[in-house]
Amino acid sequence: MTTTAPPLLRVRDLTMTFPGRRARSAPVRAVDGVSFDVAAGETLGLVGESGCGKSTTGRMIVRLLEPTAGSVSYDGRDISHLSQRELKPLRRELQMVFQDPHSSLNPRQTVARIIADPLLVQGSSAAEARKRAAELMELVGLIPEHIDRHPHEFSGGQAQRIGIARALATGPRLIVADEPVSALDVSVQAQVVNLMERLRRELGLAYLFIAHDLSVVKRVCDRVAVMYLGRIVEIGAKERVYAAPAHPYTRALLSAVPLPDPAAERARERITLLGDPPSPAAPPPGCTFHPRCPKAREICRTEAPPLRVAAPGEARQVACHFPEGTEGN
Amino acid sequence: MGDSTPLLSVRDLTVTFPTRRGPVRAVDSLSFDVLPGRTLGIVGESGSGKSVTSLAVLGLHTGAAEVTGSVTLAGRELIGLPERELNRLRGRRMAMIFQDPLSSLHPYYTVGEQIAEHHRVHFGSRRAAARERAVEALGEVGIPEPRRRAGEYPHQFSGGMRQRVMIAMALACEPDLLIADEPTTALDVTVQAQILELIARLQRERGLSVVMITHDLGVVARVAHDVLVMYGGRAAEHAPVDALFEAPAHPYTRGLLDSLPRLDDHDDTPLRAIPGSPPSLLDPAPGCAFAPRCSRAAAGSEEERARCTGERPLLGGPEGHPAACHFPAYEGVAS
Repeated sequence: MTTTAPPLLRVRDLTMTFPGRRARSAPVRAVDGVSFDVAAGETLGLVGESGCGKSTTGRMIVRLLEPTAGSVSYDGRDISHLSQRELKPLRRELQMVFQDPHSSLNPRQTVARIIADPLLVQGSSAAEARKRAAELMELVGLIPEHIDRHPHEFSGGQAQRIGIARALATGPRLIVADEPVSALDVSVQAQVVNLMERLRRELGLAYLFIAHDLSVVKRVCDRVAVMYLGRIVEIGAKERVYAAPAHPYTRALLSAVPLPDPAAERARERITLLGDPPSPAAPPPGCTFHPRCPKAREICRTEAPPLRVAAPGEARQVACHFPEGTEGN
Repeated sequence: MGDSTPLLSVRDLTVTFPTRRGPVRAVDSLSFDVLPGRTLGIVGESGSGKSVTSLAVLGLHTGAAEVTGSVTLAGRELIGLPERELNRLRGRRMAMIFQDPLSSLHPYYTVGEQIAEHHRVHFGSRRAAARERAVEALGEVGIPEPRRRAGEYPHQFSGGMRQRVMIAMALACEPDLLIADEPTTALDVTVQAQILELIARLQRERGLSVVMITHDLGVVARVAHDVLVMYGGRAAEHAPVDALFEAPAHPYTRGLLDSLPRLDDHDDTPLRAIPGSPPSLLDPAPGCAFAPRCSRAAAGSEEERARCTGERPLLGGPEGHPAACHFPAYEGVAS
């Protein structure tokens, strides 16, 4: 054993290639060499637009998908190719919360059954599991007396609390939350965000928080990773990335978010990107962002920039030939 | 600022749906105006009645719905107008775009054919002229190589490009009013910025009136001149955009603004969430629909609380910034 403990989650060169939809179409590299760590008790935000590979990354980490290449290590142990049987004890520690609470809960089961199910799978007795389910309902702000109701009797926000209670049932240390609040009404989102923050404090959870909403991610995470077309283009402490984005894509993304403040909106300088995110089935050569990048030069069209430290003495990394704030540009 | 006669005027609009559990009033006594060349933002959560309102204005509600009240476009009453007449007005004078453009486009016809068809129906233009107009329209909404793309099918377009196609189609007949129902909700944020920019440009160039229906207060802050906040099928507050964001009078508006995580904010305190969830329209509360979740009602005296839960507040308050609340928070005004 070395003196430094491994991080809770270590992801290295994680890659997912899906076969093309038709026999002769090219395979799609949805995730392309993604690496990051999540320490115990830490929240890493994973942001990006649709098709950037953030959800696929999350699914590989909880092993709903088996990666094509690269590794996922949990607590120092490589889990990327474990069999379902070998994974079972790990399922206790690694849980997932999904976007649409209603479609991720079985409509025919009672809340008691939904929340207790992971415990039953892990070998608890029915009575124990039911008691624990009631405790968990209380913990996430639901009324334990509602334990025998069905999901449709709950609002969207309450249903998401059920999903969170189920994820917490086995006492996990890491929760991968894939867009946990984006299907909820605005007035309810804050409740669930506050709940997740409280649970994290009280239970010492680590989150991989996957979302497209940059304002929500800024609120909940310690560090943030920005993905574009299957790769991380910038990763670092939230304060640095949000206050001084180094990648032109991060800058554009932040400047595109509408602020709930009309005066600020009028005063704001926006970087409007041209075009749409390209398809991962046919990624552009060189830096995949170059066709939309306001700063692209010749080298960007031919050479993919590696993810590297943005400035000496800084932990933040960026994959850009000409990152912001490093030279006279 | 230009013409102050409203282009669209809605008075006491009420939409009721019969259901197995009795009639549901999805929109209740709603009134608002849209001035020429201006954008009205209608904000609300699920079940607030914002989308039903837009469908009723265009006469696109389902046959089962009962619509009462008055909707006038340039002085002409639309409620009760025969379908044939309405058809002529839709597209020609008013048009609508939706959240999901793919479901509003026909998969078997090229994009160019669909826009051209629209033009032929409304103007009786010849096939070739209509085709030409379609290509022009695609160019105007920023679709590169419009001539080539006019020959492609909807599935060949990305989400953002499809929404541009919908806008091109909506604007091909040069309507005066565009109703946009969550037009950017399904789009990525960088593409959303492009579409909002496009609508703003078209408004500047053509003096278009826009009704922007959204759940996103950021979108409203960016595009709207005036804002109508809806809750439980009714107007909660109606104000010019700056007044609404600087000094919201209704506790619901205040609560929404306070509960938002913001990019331009510090993150050290918990968000001030609104408790509970949006109301069910099936059994509306007798008093204010927001009362069960309202911090103002909760902080009030017993007498005040009884008023909030027992008596429905009417839209009132200063001219230009009314709110439907018994205890609105107008600055410097005792309520």
